[in-house]
Amino acid sequence: MKIRNLLLTAAGMAVCAVGIMESKIAAAEQFFPMLVYRTGPYAPNGIPVANGFRDYYTMINARDGGINGVKVSFEECETKYNTKLGVECYEKLKGKGATLFNPYSTGITYQLIPKARVDKIPILSMGYGRTAAADGRVFQWTFNFPTTYWSQASTFVKYVATQEGGLDKLNGVHIAHIYHNSAYGKEANPTLDALSEKYGYKLTKIAVDHPGQEQKAAWLQVRRKRPDWIFMSGWGVMNQVAIKEAVSTGFPMDHFVGNWWSGSEADTVPAGDGAFGYKSAALHGTGTDWPVIQDIIKHVYGGDMALAAENKVGEVLYNRAVLNGMFGIEAVRTAQGKYGNKQMTGEQVRWGLENLDISNAKLKALGMEGFTQPFKVSCKDHETGGPVAFQQWTGKGWQFVSDWITPITEVVRPMVEEAAAAYAKENKITPVNCG
Amino acid sequence: MFYREAGQFKNTYHADQAIFPIIQDRWFMALVLLVAFVVIPLWANEYWFQAVLIPLYIYAIAAIGLNILTGYAGQVSLGTGAFMAIGAYATYKLCTAFPDLNILIVFVISGFFAAGVGIVFGIPSLRIKGFYLAVATLAAQFFILWLFNKVGWFYNNNPSGTITAPPRELFGIMITGPEAHALTRYYVSLGFLSVMALAAKNLVRGRVGRSWMAIRDMDIAAEIIGIEPLKTKLMAFAISSFYCGVAGALFIFCWLGSAETEAFDIFLSFQIMFMIIIGGLGSIMGSIMGAAFITLLPIFLTNVPPMIGIPIATDLSKHIEEIIFGVLIVFFLIAEPHGLARLWQIAKEKLRQWPFPY
Repeated sequence: MKIRNLLLTAAGMAVCAVGIMESKIAAAEQFFPMLVYRTGPYAPNGIPVANGFRDYYTMINARDGGINGVKVSFEECETKYNTKLGVECYEKLKGKGATLFNPYSTGITYQLIPKARVDKIPILSMGYGRTAAADGRVFQWTFNFPTTYWSQASTFVKYVATQEGGLDKLNGVHIAHIYHNSAYGKEANPTLDALSEKYGYKLTKIAVDHPGQEQKAAWLQVRRKRPDWIFMSGWGVMNQVAIKEAVSTGFPMDHFVGNWWSGSEADTVPAGDGAFGYKSAALHGTGTDWPVIQDIIKHVYGGDMALAAENKVGEVLYNRAVLNGMFGIEAVRTAQGKYGNKQMTGEQVRWGLENLDISNAKLKALGMEGFTQPFKVSCKDHETGGPVAFQQWTGKGWQFVSDWITPITEVVRPMVEEAAAAYAKENKITPVNCG
Repeated sequence: MFYREAGQFKNTYHADQAIFPIIQDRWFMALVLLVAFVVIPLWANEYWFQAVLIPLYIYAIAAIGLNILTGYAGQVSLGTGAFMAIGAYATYKLCTAFPDLNILIVFVISGFFAAGVGIVFGIPSLRIKGFYLAVATLAAQFFILWLFNKVGWFYNNNPSGTITAPPRELFGIMITGPEAHALTRYYVSLGFLSVMALAAKNLVRGRVGRSWMAIRDMDIAAEIIGIEPLKTKLMAFAISSFYCGVAGALFIFCWLGSAETEAFDIFLSFQIMFMIIIGGLGSIMGSIMGAAFITLLPIFLTNVPPMIGIPIATDLSKHIEEIIFGVLIVFFLIAEPHGLARLWQIAKEKLRQWPFPY
C-alpha cells in the first residue's frame, strides 16, 4: 500500500517536473546543437564524430576566444541514430536557439529538410542526406557541400575506369553495389544505374538490412555472381561485418571500395589483417599531422597524446567532424562579415552558408592546407561538386591511392535538378530565382 | 468518501448501462477532456506538442488496437508495426494519387486497408494459438516491411525509398506537411484518439466485446455457447489492424513527417506490446496509461540530470536512463502484475473508503 502511494506520487511528480525543464542559452553565444549517437549499433561511428565537433568548438573558444569574439556554445542530444529520438532532440535544441543543424544521419536529415524551411534553421548535411538538396533553388535551407552521394558514385566509376585503363574499358566490367537497405544506402543507386547505361558496365545491387550484422545471403550472391568490383554504402556495424565477410569470401580487397561512410578505423580494425588493402572514398586527410589537429591536441587535451588517441583524434570520422565543425564556424564568420560581429540568427547563418568560400588561402589560415579541396557555394549549387579522393587501409592508417577525382557533373547535375523539381512539385514549393 | 456511489440511484436501463455510471467518473472524464482540449493547447509549446503529446496520442491509438486483439480477444500479435506501416503507406499512396481527397477521410480509408491485411494474417489464428500465433504474426511484420522496401511502387519510385507527408489542407488549415502547425496536428491526433477510444470502449462493452472475451477465456466453451470463432477472431484482427493502421498514418503524417520502413520495425511492435502489458491487458484506459508510461518516462529521465544541474556525459546518461527504465518496468510489474489500469482501480477503491481504508 505504501509502496503504491509512493509510486503514484512519484509518477505524478515526474509528469509535473518535465514542465520546468527549459533552460535558455546565454544571449551572446553562438549556439551549435549536436545530434549525437554515442550509444546503439552505430556508436562506433557516432563517437568519433561527436568528439570531433566537441573538440573543434572547444578549441575555437580556447584558441580564438570564439568567432570574432562571440563565444561558441554547444549541447549534445543522444539520438541513437533513431529518427524518432531525432525529433525529440531537434525540438529540444531548436528551443534553445539553434541556428544550424548537422544531423549526421540521412534518416533524420530527410525528416528535418521540410522543417528547416518553416523553422528558418539551415541544415548542413555534409556529404550525406538528400542528394537533390544540391539544387539550392528548391532546397534553400539545406546544404550538402562539398559533394554528394551521386557525385561520389560517379567518382567511384571514374576511379574504376582509371584502374581498368579508361572509361571505354568499362564495358563488360561487373560492379556490385552492396548497400544498407535504407534511404541512405539506396542513394547511390540511380547514379550507378545511369552510368551503367552510359558506359556499359554490368551492375548488381545487393541490399543488406539494418543493422547489418547478418550478411551471409548478400555474400553468397557475391560468391555466385563474381563481380570485378564492389562498391559499398554501409554504416555502423555493417561495414566491419562486410569486410570480414569479404575476407572469408576471398574477394580481392583492393577491388572492394567503400563510400566515405564506409572507410574509417572502426570498420577496418575489427577485421584485423584481412582488411589490409581495403579502399574507400575520402573527402579529407587523416591522421594528426595537420596544424588544426595539433591545435586541438594542444588546446583541448593539453598536449596529452594518449588522451587524444583515446578520444579518436586523427581518425577518419573524427577529422571529418572537425572539417564539418569548421564549415559551420566559417559560415557564421562569413555571415558576420555582412551582419556584424555578433550572434547570428538562423537566417543569417543560411546566408553565410550560401556565400561560403573555402579558398586555399583560407584553408591555410585555418591549418587545413591540403587537408581538403577548396570550393565555393552558390545560391544555385549547394553541393559544389567537389572532388573525391580514394584511400587505402595499410593496417595502421589510411593512405591516398588516387588523385582528387572530379565527379561526372554532366550526368549528375541534370539528375539532381530533375529530382529537385519532382520534390518541388510534390511539396508545392516555388523554386527561388538565383539570378 | 471521494468516490462513493451511495445515493446515486438509477431508474432506467439506459442510466444503468452508461459508460460511466458513477457521477464522479463522468466529472473526471469531463475534466480530462477539458484539460486535453483546452488547457494543454493554451499552455504547451512546440517541444511539448511535437516531442511529447502528439506521439503519446498516436501510440495510445496503436496500443488500443493491440489491446483489442491481445487483451480482449486473447490473440498474441507481434505484427503491430507492420499494420501501422500499411496505414502509413496506404495514406501516402492515396493522398499522392488523389491530392484533392479530404486527408481525414484518407486516414480512415487507410485503416480499412490495414484491416483487410489484418484479416489475411489473422487466418492462421484459427488453427494456432499463443506463442505459435505470435510467430505467424511475426512473419507479417517481416514480410510487409520487406515488401514496402522492395517494391518501388509503394513509395512512388523515389530514389531513397522514403515517404514524405505532402502538404494537405482542410478548410484552409494545413493538416499535414511542414507548414501544418503543431497545434493543428495535436488536435487531429487528439480527435482521432478520443473518437476511437470511445468507439473501442463501447465495442468491448457490447456483444462483440463479450464474444472476444469468451474466446479469450476459453474458446471451446465459447464455441459451445454459439460464438463463431472464425467470425469473432477475424473481426478482432480486422478492428485491431484498423486502429493500428490509422495510428500508423498519423505516425507519419502528423508526427514524423517523413520516414522509411525502418520506423516500423519489430522494435515498434515490441514497444506497443510493452505499453499494453504495463498499462494493463483488457483495458482501454490501461492502453492510454501504458502509452503514457512508455513514451513519457524516457523523455523525463533524459531531462532530469540537466534539470537538477548534474552534468552527465550524454552516453552515460542514456545508459543510466535505459537501466532505470528497465528497472521501473520490472518494479511496476512486480508491484502490480495487472498493470497501471489495475493500480488505478485500486486507487479508486481506496478513495471510496478514505479516510478509513482497511
